[in-house]
Amino acid sequence: MSDTTFARLDVFKTYKLYVGGKFPRSESGRVYEVTDAKGEWLANAPLGTRKDARDAVLAARAAVKGWAGTTAYNRGQVLYRVAEMLQGRREQFAAEVAVSEGIGPKKAAALVDAAIDRWVWYAGWTDKVAQIAGGANPVAGPYFNLSTPEPTGVVGIVAPQAGYGHSLLGLVSVIAPAIATGNTVVVAAAADAPLPALSLGEVLATSDVPGGVVNIISGRTADIAPTLASHQDVNALDLTGAIATDGPGAAPALEAAAADTLKRVVRPELDPFAQDWTNAPGTDRLLSFLETKTVWHPMGI
Amino acid sequence: MSTVAANAPGVAGSGLADVAASEASLRRFLHGLPGVDQVGLEARAASLGTRSIKTTAKAYAIDLAISMIDLTTLEGADTVGKVRALCAKGRTPDPTDPTTPRVAAICVYPDMVATAKDALKGTDIQVASVATAFPAGRAALRVKLADTADAVAAGADEIDMVIDRGAFLSGRYFDVFQEIVAVKEACKRADGSYAHLKVIFETGELQTYDNVRRVSWLAMLAGADFIKTSTGKVAVNATPPVTLLMLEAVRDFRAATGVQVGVKPAGGIKTTKDAMKYLVMVNETLGDDWLTPHWFRFGASSLLNDLLMQRQKLTTGRYSGPDYVTVD
Amino acid sequence: MAKKKTIEEPVRKAGLFEYAPAPESPAAAGDIATSYGHFIGGEFVDSSGSEALKTVNPATEQVLAEFAQGTDEDVDRAVAAARKAFVDWSALPGSERAKYLFRIARIVQERSRELAVLESIDNGKPIRETRDVDLPLVAAHFFYYAGWADKLDYAGYGPNPKPLGVAGQVIPWNFPLLMLAWKIAPALATGNTVVLKPAETTPLTALRFAEICRQAGLPKGVVNIVTGDGRTGAALTAHPDVNKVAFTGSTPVGRAIAKQLAGTRKKLSLELGGKAANIVFDDAPIDQAVEGIVNGIFFNQGHVCCAGSRLLVQESVQDELLDALKRRMATLRVGDPLDKNTDIGAINSAEQLARITALTDAGEAEGAERWSPACELPGTGFWFKPTLFTGVSQAHRIAQEEIFGPVLSVLTFRTPEEAVAKANNTPYGLSAGIWTEKGSRILWMANKLKAGVVWANTFNKFDPTSPFGGYKESGYGREGGRHGLEAYLDV
Repeated sequence: MSDTTFARLDVFKTYKLYVGGKFPRSESGRVYEVTDAKGEWLANAPLGTRKDARDAVLAARAAVKGWAGTTAYNRGQVLYRVAEMLQGRREQFAAEVAVSEGIGPKKAAALVDAAIDRWVWYAGWTDKVAQIAGGANPVAGPYFNLSTPEPTGVVGIVAPQAGYGHSLLGLVSVIAPAIATGNTVVVAAAADAPLPALSLGEVLATSDVPGGVVNIISGRTADIAPTLASHQDVNALDLTGAIATDGPGAAPALEAAAADTLKRVVRPELDPFAQDWTNAPGTDRLLSFLETKTVWHPMGI
Repeated sequence: MSTVAANAPGVAGSGLADVAASEASLRRFLHGLPGVDQVGLEARAASLGTRSIKTTAKAYAIDLAISMIDLTTLEGADTVGKVRALCAKGRTPDPTDPTTPRVAAICVYPDMVATAKDALKGTDIQVASVATAFPAGRAALRVKLADTADAVAAGADEIDMVIDRGAFLSGRYFDVFQEIVAVKEACKRADGSYAHLKVIFETGELQTYDNVRRVSWLAMLAGADFIKTSTGKVAVNATPPVTLLMLEAVRDFRAATGVQVGVKPAGGIKTTKDAMKYLVMVNETLGDDWLTPHWFRFGASSLLNDLLMQRQKLTTGRYSGPDYVTVD
Repeated sequence: MAKKKTIEEPVRKAGLFEYAPAPESPAAAGDIATSYGHFIGGEFVDSSGSEALKTVNPATEQVLAEFAQGTDEDVDRAVAAARKAFVDWSALPGSERAKYLFRIARIVQERSRELAVLESIDNGKPIRETRDVDLPLVAAHFFYYAGWADKLDYAGYGPNPKPLGVAGQVIPWNFPLLMLAWKIAPALATGNTVVLKPAETTPLTALRFAEICRQAGLPKGVVNIVTGDGRTGAALTAHPDVNKVAFTGSTPVGRAIAKQLAGTRKKLSLELGGKAANIVFDDAPIDQAVEGIVNGIFFNQGHVCCAGSRLLVQESVQDELLDALKRRMATLRVGDPLDKNTDIGAINSAEQLARITALTDAGEAEGAERWSPACELPGTGFWFKPTLFTGVSQAHRIAQEEIFGPVLSVLTFRTPEEAVAKANNTPYGLSAGIWTEKGSRILWMANKLKAGVVWANTFNKFDPTSPFGGYKESGYGREGGRHGLEAYLDV
């Protein structure tokens, strides 16, 4: 009809929080500008608040019973499903990782591939971790004695904000081991690179991950992380991304706040910027948010 | 068969009258008793076994233990002479010390009852007779009843019957119950009084503590005056845990019915130390009410001499030896 | 005046069979010096300060000895000695470290009577328990971890796991020597060196243990003992050259240590308070349940972090169970800890007695019904009758706060769901008990209970192979078993 050609206008995505399996805007109604490495505007991300973090903890707590109670086999299938969904959106994530970390498309794609593979790694762990972390104890008496690892509960995660691959691979590397063992998580997304995290919420929502198992809040770490650290219904705290050297979002302050309810705390690396998230993950994180329960029973006739 | 149950002492008017009204009700009742955890029971018995009984308490316990002994000979080789000698020992356990108490009873086979009765004339030492085709109990009921009646007619004060373990283990609780009731009737004397009935479970053959608790209640419901662990003729005889369990059973039975039943561990209790452990169990589980020969007995033979040696040690301060106690 | 709800039985008249005193000889404890310094660098040394504390026999209130209040300087010296010793100790082949620990285990066995008597005198706990529980477990713990020293490659923490360095360890007074063993054995097996601070009311067995280290020929500085109160402990945990802190004690102190360590690289393990539910169903093996309840709360005068201090009993069996429990409690023998027939010894200190008294008074004031068997308590010393509170609800302080004494709070439930809800309704999560003959219910309950140790149809059982430690505010990390190695390895 018309011979005038226009460049087609893209449809922008409105980035939203991921809480309780839904995609709310921040209750503050505020957003902040996310830019690329050169300072170019990429998107507006929700500026999550303390209230958003509290709502997320509620959702995470509500999800514990179902998620921890499902079979390890089932959790493995769900995690594998996440890998499948991520695979299908590989190009989108590669683009977001590239702009988030300021790296070329080839490297970004490799990082997405690694993130997908990391879901697969942890998917396979769900029904094996009890066998490496638990077992029979040969007590000196007529008792059957068995130690079993159980999920700690709700884990607050300060997502990686530094290191090669932090924006997606690093994020997956902290979320997946925590939920593989039956915990639920509230993630304070990397403040400067929240887009892969917010998009990951969309993947999780379509991956049979029950609502509330993973909750992702974007915004200032100094707002969100202290709420998680001091919240009495959070059982553990992963401070991997607490890179601030001072103030309420710095690791020492968060760890001190966590001490009030004796949360289990994973401290950040000595030099988070030197961290390479493509390194083999090992089992450390998998074993970090577990409680060992030991059951005794007499053996008799 | 409710008349059988109603005849059993301890049942009438206790709220448990209907328990033995039928095969089904008896089974329901026995299976409704609380379970027994083997490890916990054995740990408790072992813990009581660590009580340290010294000086005055030991002297009291030794004399009490002597007075509770059913001094026993149950050999195929028993003779009149052997039984007379045993009776003499029971009357005067330590000829060097007249303050030594006498034993509670002499326990023999039915054919030796008259001999024992004669040898014990003039004392209050009881004559106990095993009966009911002891120790296996594998005979027809009429034979068992005749065996019992013979012993009673010969003057037995007490009858130690064995239950039909085969019937119990195959779940025929009601048969076991009725047999005890019948034997109890056979204990009846011409004057209408009854010989005391001790019911032997042979706990070593019943294997589980759940079985021991059930058979204890079964026997008490059927009118047992005493419940007794063992014949002494199988590999496993009285043990502290099995006795503790039976002590708990008589405690609970009295709480439920008001009827007090005695307990007799038998077989394998050879040392003063063993006897002390049993008395501690009685003391801490049942208390004073059972701390008499009327309610607690030891079925034993070699135990007596060890008690006597320990008794001499307490009196003289020197350790005694086997040559300083009599062998009969 | 408010009417007291205390119900007490008339004093039981002397029975037929009264046990004569069967006292263990206090002399068996060996020589107790009039005053003690610290054990640093393999030597007994004086404190740099002049402040001395006294340890008393809680059964007689007699002073047993004076000991040093460790100063910052003392702690510094001890940490320096441990740091120096770490170089060679961590480089020693595991098989050689193992042999030192085996030696220690054997010497503990050889000297167990002496140590048991000394522990009873210093702590107040009955000799029956120090002899039959504490000392055998102490030796077993060293024996167990000795075997790990040359097998760490196979412990599941990767190849060649490294020790952390100097461990600062602060232990409580309730199981003085056993807690020492729980701390020192895994630390040494993994190649760390230690500075240990025993509790200020029970320093004597730790100081005697120092002698055992010398007899075993343990290299100087591998084990250092610094005595003192909480100030010394705080100096130790705060010391910048300590790489690992292990603490067993109250939740408030554990919280303070966790705060103190925030932002450092020190690894921390905490074994803190508890308020365990001991849950009895109507199909429980009732006589054994009664024993388990008694063992759960009256073992060690109830000075046990994992004590079964809340009895949750199914309503349908409540009367029967409580009757049986009271009957059993009436046979408990309270008194001289050195009498071999004593079941319940002395409360460890006047302070602890005051705390138990205050909390039980609060229980009465809040309307719970109090019961104790008749028993005569000695005139001197610190004593508390075994006590039962019925009519307790979750809202009462005696159902929420750790009493750490021979006091049982009885609550009821109707269904398994309710039992689980009540059991878990506490910030603590150390232990729990389940009594039922139904196997599937045990496993269902065990799965739902938020507690690090679940005893089913038993209670208060310990073993060096069995990991011990809590959920939630009962602390983190596990002691015992393969799991116990993790707290002392850089993994």
